[in-house]
Amino acid sequence: MSAQSPVIRKTALKLCLIVVGMFGFGFALVPLYDLLCDITGLGGKTGGPYAYDPAETRVDKNRLVKVNFITNTNGGMSWDFWSEKNGVRVHPGQLKEVNFYVKNTTNRRMIGQAVPSVVPTSATDYFHKTECFCFNHQLLEPGEEMEMPMRFIVDSDLPANVQSISLSYALFDVTGFASEEVLNGPSSAAQQSAGAGAD
Amino acid sequence: MSEVIDASHDHHDHHGPAAGLARWLFTTNHKDIGTLYLWFAFLMLLIGGTMALIIRAELFQPGLQFVAPEFFNQMTTNHGLIMVFGAIMPAFVGLANWLVPMMVGAPDMALPRMNNLSFWILPFAFGMLISTLFMEAGGPNFGWTFYAPLSTTYAPETVTFFIFGVHMMGASSIMGSINIIATILNMRAPGMTLMKMPLFVWTWLITAYLLLAVMPVLAGAVTMMLFDIHFGTSFFNAAGGGDPVMFQHIFWFFGHPEVYIMILPAFGIVSAIIPTFARKPLFGYDSMVYATASIAFLSFIVWAHHMFTVGMPLAGQLFFMYSTMLIAIPTGVKVFNWVATMWQGSMTFETPMLFAIAFVVLFTIGGFSGLMLAITPVDYQYHDTYFVVAHFHYVLVPGALFSIIAAVYYWLPKWCGRMYDEKLGKLHFWLSFIGVNVTFFPQHFSGLAGMPRRIPDYALQFADFNMISSCGAFIFGFSQLLLMYIVIKAIRSGQPATDRVWEGAHGLEWTLPSPAPYHSFTEPPKITDADAHS
Repeated sequence: MSAQSPVIRKTALKLCLIVVGMFGFGFALVPLYDLLCDITGLGGKTGGPYAYDPAETRVDKNRLVKVNFITNTNGGMSWDFWSEKNGVRVHPGQLKEVNFYVKNTTNRRMIGQAVPSVVPTSATDYFHKTECFCFNHQLLEPGEEMEMPMRFIVDSDLPANVQSISLSYALFDVTGFASEEVLNGPSSAAQQSAGAGAD
Repeated sequence: MSEVIDASHDHHDHHGPAAGLARWLFTTNHKDIGTLYLWFAFLMLLIGGTMALIIRAELFQPGLQFVAPEFFNQMTTNHGLIMVFGAIMPAFVGLANWLVPMMVGAPDMALPRMNNLSFWILPFAFGMLISTLFMEAGGPNFGWTFYAPLSTTYAPETVTFFIFGVHMMGASSIMGSINIIATILNMRAPGMTLMKMPLFVWTWLITAYLLLAVMPVLAGAVTMMLFDIHFGTSFFNAAGGGDPVMFQHIFWFFGHPEVYIMILPAFGIVSAIIPTFARKPLFGYDSMVYATASIAFLSFIVWAHHMFTVGMPLAGQLFFMYSTMLIAIPTGVKVFNWVATMWQGSMTFETPMLFAIAFVVLFTIGGFSGLMLAITPVDYQYHDTYFVVAHFHYVLVPGALFSIIAAVYYWLPKWCGRMYDEKLGKLHFWLSFIGVNVTFFPQHFSGLAGMPRRIPDYALQFADFNMISSCGAFIFGFSQLLLMYIVIKAIRSGQPATDRVWEGAHGLEWTLPSPAPYHSFTEPPKITDADAHS
């Protein structure tokens, strides 16, 4: 039976190529998914640090947009997490700062990571942040509390039908992801840069 | 071609099977391997069926009676995994092994040794999966769709066994598909053009391509899970920049073609049986081929209809709604063709025909509830309710499973040379038909009334429907033991079958003696119009 016909061998090889290609395609779906979310804003993930130039930015004084803040902790995350206000009204183009707070209520050193999400998703690409705690990890000592400012601008090109934007932060416990060094080292290492594109 | 045949002549001094267990372990004969696949699938049907009966026993009354909720979750998960990957798919591969070479006039499958390997992987894959049920952490409990993070962050420790089990099942399916495609494309007898092939061969050719396209994606998905669980990556973990919703997209990119993998070969079987017992050629052969191909194509662009409720822009919801509804057109072509084949035919109602007709009627009901689920705005109501359970059981049990049972009754006399007991066959049909409808029809109502799926206990207003459903499930489940009895009785002491077996049967396999000799078509047959597709 070892004398396999060359035609069959050729077909089988071609089919194997399909298999290898589709296995690769499965993994290619990951960057494709991120790219699609990036372009369309569908995932509600806001972008990284925004370069703000006051001279270039037009403030639309005729329009007020309501921005709501939602904070929640995910699954087993036992920190307290809250914002100073539930919401603010801003003019598109106006830079605004809001403080968020976290408190490590446990008796061990932990690292948290906030993940933002914007609704409606059509506003995602028009919500810019010049500073956000979600760009970094937060390392907190037992019982430590931290104030975290978040500065944002709603783009003046925001679609006219959007009158209200909700920005939700989910706080995750990422202590398990950190290396021993980060976890046990001096607290000057508190502001580690965030992992793979959590922004 | 001739090279292959000559080679096999040189190496085989005898033409019968080897003796004892070695025959089954080392066989490269497509008929032996087909038999192995079919018995394995039947064993899995009984195991998966037992799990279904545990589920239905628990749901017989509201409240917790027999099993703990954690174990209930393991039962729903393993029932789904075993029935999909262990019963339905291997049964179709077994039928393909037995029938494709005989239908296209080939001496064996194109890659006989790989054929042996692709079967013998399966017992190990399922042994590993089922063994987790006896481990301390318990078996997989996250549903057969294993959505992350339920299957990653919150999974029992045995999830790694599940992951490697899925890898092995995938490898088996991929090798089986390569074999089937290579056989169909390269080993057809001279004169057996593509458009003369029986529809079972056509539907399997297309199914095999679907398998090649999506099983690697499933392998990729479980590999990502493996990395998330053990190597600290964050494909599906939002904390590390991943996205759990992406899991659903990748899973259903595999999952939707997968549901057609489980139904296209059924279309082929029914397209062989109905013409035989209507004593008329199949109506609209060409349109059947094109409809199958269209369904296969559409299956790749509708996946997100499984996840309307994750939050999707309006344009996406409309696209997936309309493209899903589009599938009703080629499917409708098929149903009307089967009905037109029966129209004014001299029909008789032997057991295979009864199962085939039940397939047409009940699969269509499942198709209609699928159309209802495709309507995005109402899907929010139906999502994750028993209505969905009723829908996919209607397409999989009286759909895929009935077609497999019909195929077993139809070709069994060719395989073992003996007829089954027609009276018992009819009894088995009526018990199954009544059982399946009593089980699943009430689930439409409990679903529409809001009963969620995958729960061990439920609100009192669903009690009556669930009790009826459980009664049906026990009728249906135990009547499958009758199938086993009928098959064994036929093999041991059935009346000898004629070569053509059925008066109206057409196709190359019926030109062989009954039982089909261990090596058939070592000389390619001449294809006449009478032997071409029925």
